[in-house]
Amino acid sequence: MSFVKSREAILLAAIVLLLGLIATRFPAFITPHNLASVYSDTTPLMILALGQMVVILTRCIDLSVAANLALTGMVCAMINVAAPDLPVGLTILIALTMGAALGAINGLLVWKLAIPPIVVTLGTMTIFRGVIFLLSDGQWINAHEMSANFTGFPRQVILGVTVMGWIGLAVALLMALLMARTALGRSFFAVGGNPHAAVYTGLNVGRAQFLAFVISGALAGLAGYLWIARYAVAYVDIAGGFELEVVAACVIGGISIAGGVGSVLGTVLGAMFLGIVKNALPVVDISPFWQLAISGAAILIAVTFNARSGRSKGRVILKSAEHAQ
Amino acid sequence: MSLAETTSAPEARARGPVPDRLRAPWEAKLKSWESLLLVVAIGIFILNSFASPYFLNAWNLSDATFNFTEKAMIAFAMALLIIAGEIDLSVASIIALASTAMGLVMEAGFGTPAIVATGLATGLICGAFNGVLVTRLGLPSIVVTIGTMSLFRGISYIVLGDGAFRGYPSDFAFFGQGYAFWVISVELVIFAVLAVIYGVVLHKTNFGRAVYAIGNNATGALFSGIRVARVKMILFLLTGLMSGVAAVCLTSRLGSTRPSIASGMELEVVTMVVLGGVNILGGSGSIPGVVIAAFVMGLVTFGLGLLNVPGIVMSIFIGLLLIGVIALPRLWAKLRGKA
Repeated sequence: MSFVKSREAILLAAIVLLLGLIATRFPAFITPHNLASVYSDTTPLMILALGQMVVILTRCIDLSVAANLALTGMVCAMINVAAPDLPVGLTILIALTMGAALGAINGLLVWKLAIPPIVVTLGTMTIFRGVIFLLSDGQWINAHEMSANFTGFPRQVILGVTVMGWIGLAVALLMALLMARTALGRSFFAVGGNPHAAVYTGLNVGRAQFLAFVISGALAGLAGYLWIARYAVAYVDIAGGFELEVVAACVIGGISIAGGVGSVLGTVLGAMFLGIVKNALPVVDISPFWQLAISGAAILIAVTFNARSGRSKGRVILKSAEHAQ
Repeated sequence: MSLAETTSAPEARARGPVPDRLRAPWEAKLKSWESLLLVVAIGIFILNSFASPYFLNAWNLSDATFNFTEKAMIAFAMALLIIAGEIDLSVASIIALASTAMGLVMEAGFGTPAIVATGLATGLICGAFNGVLVTRLGLPSIVVTIGTMSLFRGISYIVLGDGAFRGYPSDFAFFGQGYAFWVISVELVIFAVLAVIYGVVLHKTNFGRAVYAIGNNATGALFSGIRVARVKMILFLLTGLMSGVAAVCLTSRLGSTRPSIASGMELEVVTMVVLGGVNILGGSGSIPGVVIAAFVMGLVTFGLGLLNVPGIVMSIFIGLLLIGVIALPRLWAKLRGKA
């Protein structure tokens, strides 16, 4: 019974309703083939949102994910230009490692120097973008410069879904396993839910936050390779402003920005919701320029909704004191 | 954040020796962040004049002030907001929306007074929107302003798409391109007047004391009779209004409006405030510090510009500055604590 009332069920119902509305104007949108392509298209957002989820759970925020994606993607593309015969597996390994290293920079600054995450990641966001410019000299790397197996791999279709989509599914399952079945996953909830209590139970709050940034970075790196290979182009401004969409997906998915509350399923559904909206806009004749405002409005509506439903049921002694904090 | 404050307070008290008297006022002033910053500013000034022969020229220096005047106008209000423990990341998007609104009014055939009034009013409305969400609904300002950051700029994109507004009336150029006298630009005068106003408000009025009190302990401030929500609301309104003022200046200076106008400026404004010695966790900071920080950032970007460093590379520098300014004192304190 509890699932029916849960956040995930409401979100699922909203997605079905949305698909129904789109289908009344454009029935072809809900054919399995098109839905599969919408899913594949949303995979990078979903992967980034799953990383961001872990960070937000620990009461932090990572605004550098899109810049990390772009930087790692650019490096992957440059490596591919230099060594076209490198196996794709190795490229993915490089992307994961490099993304994790960039995430570790954020994590170390937050853990060791206790700098607020918003400041750290605003700073690294611009630094990463600047570094892409320095590396690439402002040049684009285009499709014809990349090798066929580099760009082809994420687009191969297995059982009607692209490899990119399957990778997204694998990441979601792994994250679900990590969050529900490992001590590390549980510690993220504990640290965000009540840092004081977490310290007394022997958890290292800073270390958990550091690891959250590493996970978020590694997933951003993975998404970086997938993005560059999927669109077959790499340049400085790739995925510019995408971090806002990622935060939007998390907030819509019911991740509480106050930390400690959220689920993998919710995050996946949040990302899917935004992905469907994005793909439906051109179909129902709305200019794609609406996308940015829609993510913004979605963040605000979802965060208001989260605050309402998440408010503790305890007796409020001094009503006006609530707003002071 | 509250965790760090509550757990570190008793430790900090126990760690150092308790002084039996306060440092002499002149000594405290000499060792303050502001004096350090002033030395840095003078150092950069001297370095710049050696680095480029074009630097020491009244008109060039006057041009250099445009690098920081608009950002500093917002930074004054942002400083108060951050001291009170909140933040507004939507300021650059408010500029985009205000500029778009001004463009619409201009297209409708209204003159300069109406255009300026529209810019200021749009800023105020945006500030009020942020303020209501934060103070009435009790939402965290970081998320609210991340949301409005994409909402406000998103509305500009809906209106303009990939187009632009051009053809502002010629007397509108006064704000961004006019000069009060000789090399002193109108923007520089606005900047100076606002600096004085904000300095007086923060350091000499009850309102200013309330801002500090809220930043140090919002619940405590509430119980001492400060109307916390109201003060915060006023601060969001001020930040919105200042973004409106900056939008008027910037639009007038560029002479056109695109939806990508002032993108990324929120980062530079926050960097300026933090560089000025305002504690990002709230509770302390000063307007003179922000003023000097504005000059430091203006001189640095202008100096790098004279050396033909591209804008995106300068942004690396701004990012490093933001993190470095907070990280270095903490690193220093850590190393000294271990020794």
